[in-house]
Amino acid sequence: MFDYAFLILLLPFLSAIVLGLFGMKMPRKVAGIIGTCVVGMLFALSLYTAYRYFFYTGEYAAMGETFNVTDGRLASGVYPTVTTFNLTWLKFTELLTFNIGLRLSPISVMMLIVITTVSFMVHIYSFGYMAERDEHYKFEEYEHGFQRFYAYLSLFTMSMLGLVVATNIFQMYLFWELVGVCSYLLIGFYYPKHTAVHASKKAFIVTRFADLFFLIGILFFSFYVGTFNYDLNVNPGLVGKLTALAANPALAWVLPTALFLMFIGGAGKSAMFPLHIWLPDAMEGPTPVSALIHAATMVVAGVFQVASLLPIYVQFGAQEQLHWIAWIAAFTAFYAAAVACAQRDIKRGLAFSTISQIAYMLVALGVCFYDSRNGSFNSAEYLHHGGLGYMAAMFHLFTHAMFKALLFLCSGAIIVIIGSNFKEYMGGLHKYMPITNICFLIGCLAIAGIPPFAGFFSKDEIISACNALPGVEGQALKWIMTIVAGMTAFYMFRLYYVIFWGSSYYEQDPENRRRPQEVPFVMWGPLVFLAAVSVCAGWIPFGHFVSANGLNYDIHIDWSIATTSIIAAVIGIALATWMYAGKQQPVADALQRTFPRLHKAALNRFYIDDAWQFFTHKIVFRCFSIPIAWFDRHVIDGTFNFMAWGTQEAGESIRSWQSGDVRQYAVWFITGTVALTLVLLCLI
Amino acid sequence: MARLIMFAVLAVVILASAVFCVSTKRIMRAATALLFVLFGVAGLYFLLDYTFLGAVQISIYAGGITMMYIFAIQLVSKRTLQGLSERWLGKRTILAAFIALAGFATVVVVLLKNELIRNTVVEGDSLSRELTMDTVGQTLMSADKYGYVLPFEFISVFLLACIIGGLVILNHKKKEESK
Amino acid sequence: MIPVGYFFVLSGLLFFIGVFGFVTRRNLVAMLISVELILNSVDINFAAFNRLLFPDGYEGLFFTLFSIGVSAAESAVALAIIINVYRHFHSDQVNSIENMKL
Repeated sequence: MFDYAFLILLLPFLSAIVLGLFGMKMPRKVAGIIGTCVVGMLFALSLYTAYRYFFYTGEYAAMGETFNVTDGRLASGVYPTVTTFNLTWLKFTELLTFNIGLRLSPISVMMLIVITTVSFMVHIYSFGYMAERDEHYKFEEYEHGFQRFYAYLSLFTMSMLGLVVATNIFQMYLFWELVGVCSYLLIGFYYPKHTAVHASKKAFIVTRFADLFFLIGILFFSFYVGTFNYDLNVNPGLVGKLTALAANPALAWVLPTALFLMFIGGAGKSAMFPLHIWLPDAMEGPTPVSALIHAATMVVAGVFQVASLLPIYVQFGAQEQLHWIAWIAAFTAFYAAAVACAQRDIKRGLAFSTISQIAYMLVALGVCFYDSRNGSFNSAEYLHHGGLGYMAAMFHLFTHAMFKALLFLCSGAIIVIIGSNFKEYMGGLHKYMPITNICFLIGCLAIAGIPPFAGFFSKDEIISACNALPGVEGQALKWIMTIVAGMTAFYMFRLYYVIFWGSSYYEQDPENRRRPQEVPFVMWGPLVFLAAVSVCAGWIPFGHFVSANGLNYDIHIDWSIATTSIIAAVIGIALATWMYAGKQQPVADALQRTFPRLHKAALNRFYIDDAWQFFTHKIVFRCFSIPIAWFDRHVIDGTFNFMAWGTQEAGESIRSWQSGDVRQYAVWFITGTVALTLVLLCLI
Repeated sequence: MARLIMFAVLAVVILASAVFCVSTKRIMRAATALLFVLFGVAGLYFLLDYTFLGAVQISIYAGGITMMYIFAIQLVSKRTLQGLSERWLGKRTILAAFIALAGFATVVVVLLKNELIRNTVVEGDSLSRELTMDTVGQTLMSADKYGYVLPFEFISVFLLACIIGGLVILNHKKKEESK
Repeated sequence: MIPVGYFFVLSGLLFFIGVFGFVTRRNLVAMLISVELILNSVDINFAAFNRLLFPDGYEGLFFTLFSIGVSAAESAVALAIIINVYRHFHSDQVNSIENMKL
């Protein structure tokens, strides 16, 4: 039934190769259309796959396994995990093999939809954006940028899809690194700009540093468990192995350690404190890329990873680690929201908002718990307390991808029109860009959690999930998240007001300044589509499709919690309106004057970047890198230089033997022969 | 006994000519002395009743190769061929003499230690067994166990290669000069 | 009867006279002549050993035959090279072609 599924990986791969190798030979339009058509096909395929996966009734076979489903569900009431193909790539031992395959589970199907939807919209949008951008800047170096851009986008789409359909943790790691490379390439897309180059290096080094822990975690896991597989549904032997490992007191540390190390990798990708520093700088890339990679898809890879491993976390003794994740994420959410309130660059503001929202998802995952006294992991009751966060996180991932992509694409439209990222050059745009205005407003309302927009539902589920965690911990997290929800509303509406209302930069000097105008259809079309999705996504019965153990869960809104968060959001919006809606912003300026240090600290992201700078330059470089470099230069290089020097000297000293004098050679030859003969004579 | 006297005479001729050949300062005399050495060696072959080999030695070596040397010497300016030897009692001469003596001593030691050469009794009539041209031809062209057709073919190809090589080497320069 | 040892000593003497000549001569043609002496000494050994020690075989005879052929070819090519070297360097002394090593 899913025989065609290999196309999901093959098509973007081919497209990346064709565009990468021959893109420069094509006209821009052709390259763009190829890329867009391929992603369009993927979008259609994903929707079709989702439809077949969730609604099929009947029997089908995949990889020799037969699934008898009713409305997509097996007799036990869960959605099956379908492996459509699984090729052995490397074989380490009989047990430990490295496969590449394609596996469909509820969350991977959901991710397929998220990735292809956003990617498709971004592909269409980029037609307008990249063309405007090229026209606007006329950089000689960007001559072939358009085709290159589409090649990278295809490669990224392939990698991200490969990540979410991974059959094992090693394949996930492989594609994980591939998306890292694509991110690096796309952040440094405007490579003549120094800031872009620095940002791309920073992103690559930080995420790569975190991925080191991921790799170590994988190695721990595979060494002790003996497999790279992590899905408990399709690997029946895995449960026994994990149970034995968790029950062994001497080795009980292994699973929590391995999982937490893997989470550090995820934290790097998902920009958790203190590894978040690369994401704001990643905004140097083209804005559609920020929308696709650094808001909607790649940065949620960490969330996806933790979600994929969640059954192992909660069932095999790593709940403590899960709660650490929750606290790290909660702090990150608060920190990022605080910083976002002070940013001047609208893309950076959105970047911090992304960090904050991803932290929401991780908080939701972190508050998952499993208490065997309340029924088994596979029971429907589990979904109402311990497993709620899983569904909430995935739901928020879905809705967030939509509205954050929308917000980024809107900001891209504004940046193209204004030609700057800074809020000072904006203001009063609502007259000139009505469609963008409405779309941005919808995005803001969605992220702020105002019903009936998408963000409200998912955020409400997250806060409910926090509430479900027993004890002080859960209540504390719930209130932190509610406060952050209020801050989110505040900083998003602050952005909205300074962009679209307030005093217009253009009107201050209409003669000399470029008049803002609405973007072309190819750009506002995707905006409208995403806005429509952001409005309705909340009404999707998400728990029906995705839940911690695969059973049906009916989302119901807990009004006592929802009311609190709505109030928080409304307060945030009201505050933003009060401070920023007018032509002048006396309150904001007054606050800035009253707390100059706080404002400066927030503007400088509370000096975390500087702390890292200090850490790397003053501590790592000085204490580790310099001695290692010294060792490398003097000891290792020295050894080889000595060998080279010795060879050269030896050659130099015996060079004179090669006199070119034939008679001298004859003398040596005869002498040698005579000597050899004498030796032989003595031996006989 | 007559053979022994003949051998002695030939040996004296060969060694005396050889010594003269390597010690004279004039190249043409060296070539002439070489001719005498070759004749002496041919005489040895006749003495051993290898008449075919003796004829080959005279016709190819004495007739062909020596002629070639003489032509080569004539083609090369005579002036540069003077002083063709190292100084007598020079460093190199002494070295060469030492090496030659040491080598010869080694050869003698080998001879003295060799059981085969010392103990083999040479039959009286073995020196006068006729080797007919027919046998030589048959053996040269046969592919049997003691046939030499393969080396023969190799030598043929080798000679061809040398002829072509010699021509190319000499022609190459002329072309360059004509350009 | 002539003992084999006589031939052996004769060829040994001839060989080392040739070596002596090869080492002491400074002229390429003269060196080549010395090489001919060396080759002849070897030929004598082949023929004599064959005749006196193994009178029923022909190996020595044919080796001598081939050796004569090879030396003829060798001296032809060598002389061609020498003449070329002479034309090139306007000298046929060995020391002049020390340049060849470069």
